Amino acid sequence: MTGRLLEVSDLSVTFSTREGDVQAVRDLNLRLDEGETLGIVGESGSGKSTVALAILGLLPRNATTTGSALCRGMELIGMSEDDIAKVRGGTIAYIPQDPLSSLNPAFQVGWQVAEAIWTRQNVSKAAAWERAVQLLELVGIPRAAERAHGYPHEFSGGQRQRIVIAIAMANEPDIIVADEPTTALDVTIQAQVLDALRAARDESNASLILITHDLGVVAGLADRVMVMYAGRPVETGSADQVFYQSRMPYTVGLLGSLPRLDADGSGPLRPIPGSPPSLVVLPDGCSFSPRCPLATGDCLTQAPRLLPVQPDHMAACHRSGEVAGAGAGMFTATWADSTADVAADVLTPEPVPVAAGTAPGAEQVSDQPIIMVTELVKHYPIRGGRLVRHQIGEAHAVCGVSLELRPGETLGLVGESGCGKSTLARSILQLVKPTAGSVIFGGDELTGQSRHQLQPIRRGIQVVFQDPYASLDPRMPVGETVGEPLRVHGRWDRQTGPEKVTELFRLVGLNPEHRNRYPHEFSGGQRQRVGIARALALDPSVIVLDEPVSALDVSIQAGVVNLLEQLQDRLGLAYLFIAHDLAVVRHISDRVAVMYLGKVVETGTRSQVYDSPTHPYTQALLSAVPVPDPAVERRRERILLTGDVPSATSPPSGCRFRTRCWKADAICAEQEPELVDRGFGHPVACHFPSLTSVTAR
Amino acid sequence: MPEPAFDTATTAVAAREQRAAQAGLNVEARSQFQLAADRFMHHRLALASLAFFVFMVLVSTAGAHLWHYNYAQITNQFATGPSAQHPFGTDLIGHDLLAQVLTGTATSIYTAVVVAAISTVVGTLIGAVAGYYGGMVDAVLMRFTDLVLVVPGLAILLVLAHGVSSLASNPIWIALVLAALFWTYLARLVRGTFLSLREREFVESQWAIGSSDRRIILRHLIPNAIGPIVVNATLTVANAMLVEAALSYLGLGIQPPSVSLGGLIASAEGDATVMPWLFYFPAIFLVLIILSVNFIGDGLRDALDPAQRVRA
Repeated sequence: MTGRLLEVSDLSVTFSTREGDVQAVRDLNLRLDEGETLGIVGESGSGKSTVALAILGLLPRNATTTGSALCRGMELIGMSEDDIAKVRGGTIAYIPQDPLSSLNPAFQVGWQVAEAIWTRQNVSKAAAWERAVQLLELVGIPRAAERAHGYPHEFSGGQRQRIVIAIAMANEPDIIVADEPTTALDVTIQAQVLDALRAARDESNASLILITHDLGVVAGLADRVMVMYAGRPVETGSADQVFYQSRMPYTVGLLGSLPRLDADGSGPLRPIPGSPPSLVVLPDGCSFSPRCPLATGDCLTQAPRLLPVQPDHMAACHRSGEVAGAGAGMFTATWADSTADVAADVLTPEPVPVAAGTAPGAEQVSDQPIIMVTELVKHYPIRGGRLVRHQIGEAHAVCGVSLELRPGETLGLVGESGCGKSTLARSILQLVKPTAGSVIFGGDELTGQSRHQLQPIRRGIQVVFQDPYASLDPRMPVGETVGEPLRVHGRWDRQTGPEKVTELFRLVGLNPEHRNRYPHEFSGGQRQRVGIARALALDPSVIVLDEPVSALDVSIQAGVVNLLEQLQDRLGLAYLFIAHDLAVVRHISDRVAVMYLGKVVETGTRSQVYDSPTHPYTQALLSAVPVPDPAVERRRERILLTGDVPSATSPPSGCRFRTRCWKADAICAEQEPELVDRGFGHPVACHFPSLTSVTAR
Repeated sequence: MPEPAFDTATTAVAAREQRAAQAGLNVEARSQFQLAADRFMHHRLALASLAFFVFMVLVSTAGAHLWHYNYAQITNQFATGPSAQHPFGTDLIGHDLLAQVLTGTATSIYTAVVVAAISTVVGTLIGAVAGYYGGMVDAVLMRFTDLVLVVPGLAILLVLAHGVSSLASNPIWIALVLAALFWTYLARLVRGTFLSLREREFVESQWAIGSSDRRIILRHLIPNAIGPIVVNATLTVANAMLVEAALSYLGLGIQPPSVSLGGLIASAEGDATVMPWLFYFPAIFLVLIILSVNFIGDGLRDALDPAQRVRA
């Protein structure tokens, strides 16, 4: 048994705000042993970051911290600012979430790493610089000696986060606290950064506290896991115990609501109903009780304490014994919002009128594509110049993409940020004017049409955007927002208009009584439902969904995904589903297209792409996604891509992926591979495709 | 908040929501406007200033008619100090100063409000169109705005005051000229606000629905930019009063026989040492009104500032 490094007991943090006291953390106990990795998971607002900030003494002034945090005999809570500053960066190193703002843009990165060394250690600046270069090398900055002279803006997001890790390692800390270190990053970059973090931990023999909302990341890295909900730890134990023998309904619900990359995703997801409580007015009893299917009697009156259920495994639940037996089945596969008690058909008794010609049964049989995109190109001009602004280049956002979408099906479009998937969506919708190519929707050519000509066509093809906070007019009651399309298209009248809005609210699982409320009064999931209701108002046959669930917490996301599937079944909608989350796309899509730097590199049915990917990029992408299963994560072998996505202003010659591809050969630089079937049953744009299953089962 | 069941099948929903409401999940249904009004009400200085400003408007408008002297009336008391008969005293010619100050206050406030109203409407429209359309439209409109900004407005007034003196003495004419200069600040502000609002996805959603530009600007964007617009309009009132006073002092603003606070201060200039009341009363009125308008502006900015909303 190794020594105890950090012992936190009865930690509580309260923020006093205008709205009242926010109890961000309540009665938290945790311990960290030498060389151990503790994962703290929870959704937004669960208090997981506040724990880290409290230990490090970084909380803002309106916070009151009580309790104790002992680190090597030192009491950290209430320590003077000067003393705790010595602990930070010495004994405990902190890796914040946002690599963009945690580096000083005015100094060379090598200098920033070296500064951390010479301010604490009695070494010469030259020696500190030398060590800095070593650290940069260790975290995987190529040509570190040379690039140490670079400034932060010359590095990509993933590289910057690695530089921050290097700074954290500078003084060989005993504990590294990483707060959502990969949240802002793409999966392939996330895999690189997690690798660097692993290397940093092993090199410095430090213990790691990894704070994240991503259960997959925790499964791959943590020895022990703490699950937090509404400011309290609700379950702690070894990774295996928490993942395989969950004793708290919330943990069970989180795991059940997550679509998995390694499952075929046929059944509906099981979301947790409702949303987390306000931390100002907490419910009596267990904070999770309003959302818990097992809650009865004392759950509503008495807050459960965190008690041992097995050796080293604790859960805060009055019914932890029942949880073990019930499993994921305790949550129903619902699609409505906070209406877990209501069967789906109760909410929408009336059949939904569907626009003529888009009746579900009629068109689903036909194989005629409803949307045909041919060689679509979108280049953005880049303007600049000293005296007179003029075009100095072009960003090749979308470069000759062809797609087909058939009625009633879902085409998933995946790719990392900057691959052009959102631009493709906007070009299809004619929200940006495509540079070349054609989009045919139900027999009408959309490109080159005037706004006036497009107006009637828009009825049939609607869109739901990513950000539920930005996509609703904050000054308009949601009921009016949903009615807007009807008014714009002259279909509103005083009798049928409100009726239609009521019907739409029910259709998306919202309470029609809430129509007069404003967007800020709704949770993210509810807002996204309002956005979906607005898209449905004109009875479209196609909906373009641009990252519809990526801004939502997993427990909420599952409900929205279920809603989308349910609407598709009922209304015969066709979806173009754009996302970076491969697991969600796998769950919802019939066919999938993978994009890289403005081009589709591989496309096929869901099982073709996910089970027998042949393009190296698809394989790398799938292999980079963490799976919320510790055993799988432990035995998985990753394809780790090197480098970052090249700039879209000067894409590489030939195959665009060749700069990061381990198979790249001379021909890849000279000749661009066509997207054709190369003997694997589905089209792939690679000169050297090969069949490899990378999704660990 | 009561959550009545909307039909029998969904009583379970209602029950759940009731529980959620107890848990503090439901925010009280209040519009942005109500929230802002609520915050404004908590800004004591602004609230007091608003009360003072309203009081001044009422007193100056009604008082000028109720007081037993007219502002142009010449009494037989020359250059007397404050007394029961003439609380603010009289000037050399025998004008009752209280009557003059009340009328002058009313003129100054009305001129300033007209300036604010016109410049807000013009500035908002030009800024909105420039910010929403961008590109060439933006370039043309903003270069025009820059041109107006660099035109010496005082020179125009000077010419007008000397050339068409019958017009220059009319407060409305002064208000129009000031408005023609003042809209530029708001146009720039609204343009900036629109440039950032335009990028929000709810605008894109409107395009996807097929909304007209007119509808997007009037129904969606202007309501979202209303905070800075209202604050700026308020501050324009204070600014216009100050500029009008300065112009009148220089003899370029509102001319006799009309009186304004600036004009009164100007005419008191020579006699300030022997008849200080002629200077102090109009000056105190001017300062207090401008201060109160500025405090109202501060309160509105705090109440409408989006940064405040984030904390909620």
